[in-house]
Amino acid sequence: MSALFSAKNREFLLGPLSKNNPVIVQVLGICSALAVTAKLEPAIVMGLSVTAVTAFSNVILSLMRNTIPSRVRIIVQLVVVAALVIIVDQLLKAFAYEVSKQLSVYVGLIITNCIIMGRIEAFALANKPWPSLLDGIGNGLGYGMILVIVAFFRELLGSGTLYGFRIIPESWYVQNGGCYLNNGLMIMPAMALILVGLIIWVHRSKNKDLIEK
Amino acid sequence: MENLLNIFVRSIFIDNMIFAYFLGMCSYLAVSKTVKTSFGLGIAVVFVLFITVPVNYLLDNYVLKTGALQWLLGEEAASIDLSFLSFIMFIAIIAAMVQLVEMIVEKFAPALYNQLGIFLPLIAVNCAIMGASLFMQQRNYGSVLEATTFGLGSGIGWMLAIVCIAAIREKLKYSDIPAPLRGIGITFIVTGLMAISFMSFLGIDLNKVVGETEQVTPAPEANPAIDDAPVIEIQATESEVE
Repeated sequence: MSALFSAKNREFLLGPLSKNNPVIVQVLGICSALAVTAKLEPAIVMGLSVTAVTAFSNVILSLMRNTIPSRVRIIVQLVVVAALVIIVDQLLKAFAYEVSKQLSVYVGLIITNCIIMGRIEAFALANKPWPSLLDGIGNGLGYGMILVIVAFFRELLGSGTLYGFRIIPESWYVQNGGCYLNNGLMIMPAMALILVGLIIWVHRSKNKDLIEK
Repeated sequence: MENLLNIFVRSIFIDNMIFAYFLGMCSYLAVSKTVKTSFGLGIAVVFVLFITVPVNYLLDNYVLKTGALQWLLGEEAASIDLSFLSFIMFIAIIAAMVQLVEMIVEKFAPALYNQLGIFLPLIAVNCAIMGASLFMQQRNYGSVLEATTFGLGSGIGWMLAIVCIAAIREKLKYSDIPAPLRGIGITFIVTGLMAISFMSFLGIDLNKVVGETEQVTPAPEANPAIDDAPVIEIQATESEVE
C-alpha cells in the first residue's frame, strides 16, 4: 500500500491542485472552464465529469500505449475519449437531467477539452496505468477546483445564492425596500475571464517561480 | 436572404465563439503572440469550419436524427434514433476532414500549406470546430445553406478575436504590468474587457432593421445558456421616436 502512495505518486495526485494546475498554470481546458461557472451546481457536475473522463482515458490509453502505432494515435485517443464522454452524457441525462440541460453542448465539448488530450499525450503514453490514474484524478480535480472558485464568486455576487440556496436575504434588495442589487455583470461571460485573470494574479504572487520573464 | 445575413452577422459579433462561448480558448491563448501566426491559424479555422459544419449538418439530418434514415430504409426506420452517436461521428468527421483539407492544400496550394502547416493538425482538437457542429445540431438550422453561413460566420468571428488579441499583445510587451500578471494573466483580463465591449452588439436583429418583423428567426437564444445573458432591451429607439 505504501508503494502505491509513495512520495512520487502523491506528487502526481496533489501537484496539479496548485503548483501545476491545469487551468491557471498549464493553461489547458479553458474553453469549458469559463462557460459553466455562472452557477455552482453545473460547475461541480462539470468538474466531476471531467475528472472521471480524464482518469479513465488516462488508464485505458496507458494500458494500450505499447500497441498503438504513433501515426494513428490521435484518432485512437479521440475515439476512446469520445466513447467515455458518450457514457458520461448518457449517465447525466439519466440521473441529472436538469443539470445536463444547463450544461448543453459543453458536455460534448469534453471530447476536445485540451486537458484530456494534453494529459494523455504528456503523461499516459509514457507511464504505467497506476500513476496515470493518479495524474488523471489530480488534473481533473485541479480543473474542478478552479471551476468551483470562479462559480462561487459569480453565483454569490451575481445571483445572491450559493448552490441554489439564498445567501443574501430577500429583504436587502432594492425592490423590497433595501439597498442591495445583484451585480448583473457577474453572470455575463466577460467576468469569468476577468476572475480567472485575478486568480492567476493571486496564485502567481504566492508562487514567485511561476512568474513569466 | 435577410435570414442568412442575420445568421452571418449574429455568428460573427453576437454569438462570437470566443467572447460569448469561450470556444477555442486553448489555441487562442497559445498562438496569439504575433499577428502573423494568429492570422494564419484564423484562416485555417475559417476554412475547416466552412467545410465541417455543412458536412456534419448533412450527417445529422440524413443519418443521426430520429427517423432520419427513412430515405434509405423506408417506413420501418421511423423510430431509429442514432443521436447518441453524434459526438463520436462529429469528431470522426472533423478529424477526417482536417486530414483531407491538409492533403488538398498541400497538393494545390503549397505556399498556403507552408504557412498553415503546423496549425492544421492542431485544429482537429480545437473546441471551436466541435462546438460549432454541436451548436448547429442544437439550433436546428433549416437548410444546408444556413448551416454553412453559420460555420463561415463563426470562423470569421473567431479569426477576428484572435487577430485583435494578437495585435494588443504585441503592444502589451512595452507596458509595465505587475509581475504576477505578466503573460497569461493580463491576456485573460484584456479578453474579458474585449468581451464586455462585444456585449454592446447584444440585441441587434437584422430582421427588424430590414422591417420584416413577421419573419423572425427561431428564438435567438436557442442555447439555454448557462451564462444566461440577460437580454439588454434597447429602449432608446422609443424615446427617440417621441
